[in-house]
Amino acid sequence: MTEVIEFQPGWELIVGLEVHCELATKTKMFCGCRNEFGHEPNTNVCPTCLGLPGSLPVVNGSAVEYAMRLGRALQCTVSPSVFARKNYFYPDMPKDYQVTQYDKPTNTAGKLELPDGSFVGITRAHLEEDTGKTSHQGGDGRIHGAESSLVDYNRAGVPLVEIVSEPDIRTADQAKAYVDELRKIVLALGVSDAKMEEGSMRVDANVSVRPVGEPEFRTRCEIKNINSIRSVGRAIEYEAKRHIALYDVGEKPTQETRHWDEEHGRTRAGRSKENSDDYRYFDEPDLVPLVPTADDIARIDAALPMLPASRRRRLAEITGAAAADVTLVVDRGHDDFVVSVVGVGADAKKTLTRVENDLPPDQPITLAPQSFAQLVIMETAGELTATQAKQVLAEMLENGGDPKAIAAAKGFEAMASGALEAVVDGIIAANPADWAEFVVADDKARKKLSGFFTGQVMKATQGQADGRAVAEVLARRAAR
Amino acid sequence: MLAMPKPISRADVAHVARLARLRLTDDELDQFTPQLAAVLAHAADVEALDVTGVIPTAHPLPLRNVVRVDVVRPSIDRAAVLAAAPNVQDGQFRVPSILAEES
Repeated sequence: MTEVIEFQPGWELIVGLEVHCELATKTKMFCGCRNEFGHEPNTNVCPTCLGLPGSLPVVNGSAVEYAMRLGRALQCTVSPSVFARKNYFYPDMPKDYQVTQYDKPTNTAGKLELPDGSFVGITRAHLEEDTGKTSHQGGDGRIHGAESSLVDYNRAGVPLVEIVSEPDIRTADQAKAYVDELRKIVLALGVSDAKMEEGSMRVDANVSVRPVGEPEFRTRCEIKNINSIRSVGRAIEYEAKRHIALYDVGEKPTQETRHWDEEHGRTRAGRSKENSDDYRYFDEPDLVPLVPTADDIARIDAALPMLPASRRRRLAEITGAAAADVTLVVDRGHDDFVVSVVGVGADAKKTLTRVENDLPPDQPITLAPQSFAQLVIMETAGELTATQAKQVLAEMLENGGDPKAIAAAKGFEAMASGALEAVVDGIIAANPADWAEFVVADDKARKKLSGFFTGQVMKATQGQADGRAVAEVLARRAAR
Repeated sequence: MLAMPKPISRADVAHVARLARLRLTDDELDQFTPQLAAVLAHAADVEALDVTGVIPTAHPLPLRNVVRVDVVRPSIDRAAVLAAAPNVQDGQFRVPSILAEES
């Protein structure tokens, strides 16, 4: 990324994101307990995920498969990996360590393409186990006054992939687009349900600022507890402004973890730990390395579905539209339909417009591509006006049926060009003064007057005439 | 020739003990520091070996890719799980308030 985007005059924003995605496996990472959200606390637990003495972890093969699938979708290199223990004392992990991948992760050095065509580098995407869920309670119900915490280990040991981006992101909108795109990729792959509101997708943002032109990065803060894509943008902007305000008065931010406070729209410092992080990583002695073969990787590549960026590119190519203008149809999952419709001979641009504007956005399309193509072809050939086409489509959506038959039943075929000319001539004869004015008018005045004539024609035909066809007849008559 | 690592200091031992949540007395620090130093000195002997051409290994076992099929197995009964906890509330483990991080 070479282009400098100023966040505030003279300041550049630098963001890297860490996204945690819980994998949609049936069981946990290292034991056979159910991996499902929403169960009664501590009902999906066993000696392994409770860290009881004598228990041993066994890797979930599907989790490894999903992680590699995600890695390949992000154009990562998939390498032999080793699990490690990350040691820390916190009641969300009963073992007092979290099993993760440290210096030998499954996926490294990838990239993600945003809808605007820019790329964000992916440093790594590694497998690890999720922690348990702690909730705090205290006299006043607020965390500061907490007297105790309650711990639910249903989530402890749930497999997740942490995707770490390069500090390539330069605007809050880009950060949001990155998370949104990653979410779509994960959903397309079927490896996670990626629900931010349920915590199956969580975002931490590393934020710093620097004066435009300064080559080095400055102190960054890690923002946690961001619960929606909208908050990703808000939290980043708040934090960047906070840094600039500190530099403006000759101070500087402290490198620390901060928490996004959604209610107050600000970040606040976590109570600093007594020790700086010292996780004493070491290779997990209870697990052996994962060594994917070239065949494994080839098999995963062959089974990858078409991803959103490729879908946007395909649709843009077919329709001649800009990539940004096909995003909506791709996001709705309607792009395959457009491709099929165009494949049976319908005009691509018209098809895209009709699909985007006139099909229910939140539903899968049940219409046959051939029927829809027929409708678009009729409209393009001038057999149906735009208004008529919409009416026919509404009928097709409601009750199904063939567009030709529906149009015939509605009497739409009657408005052939000969009939239209007759109607226009009738209107001209009935309004001689306006017509005389129209004939001598310049383009601008004509435009105004043609509105009057078109309106009269529409009235006479009950809206079944095609506005463009009317304009053509008017122009032809005036030129005589 | 590898440089010998610096011998472990009393402060290092106190730091490591703290990370492991061990509260050591001054006497214990005096006692453990030379003991740990001896263990590390032994490990340092290994560093003196010429390991050129030896592939680093994460594991002594000749195994890789040990995975299981993603099939649910029964969990244990919650009453039994919580019976082992010193403090319980609402079906959850109750622990002393957590000061770090979540504030």
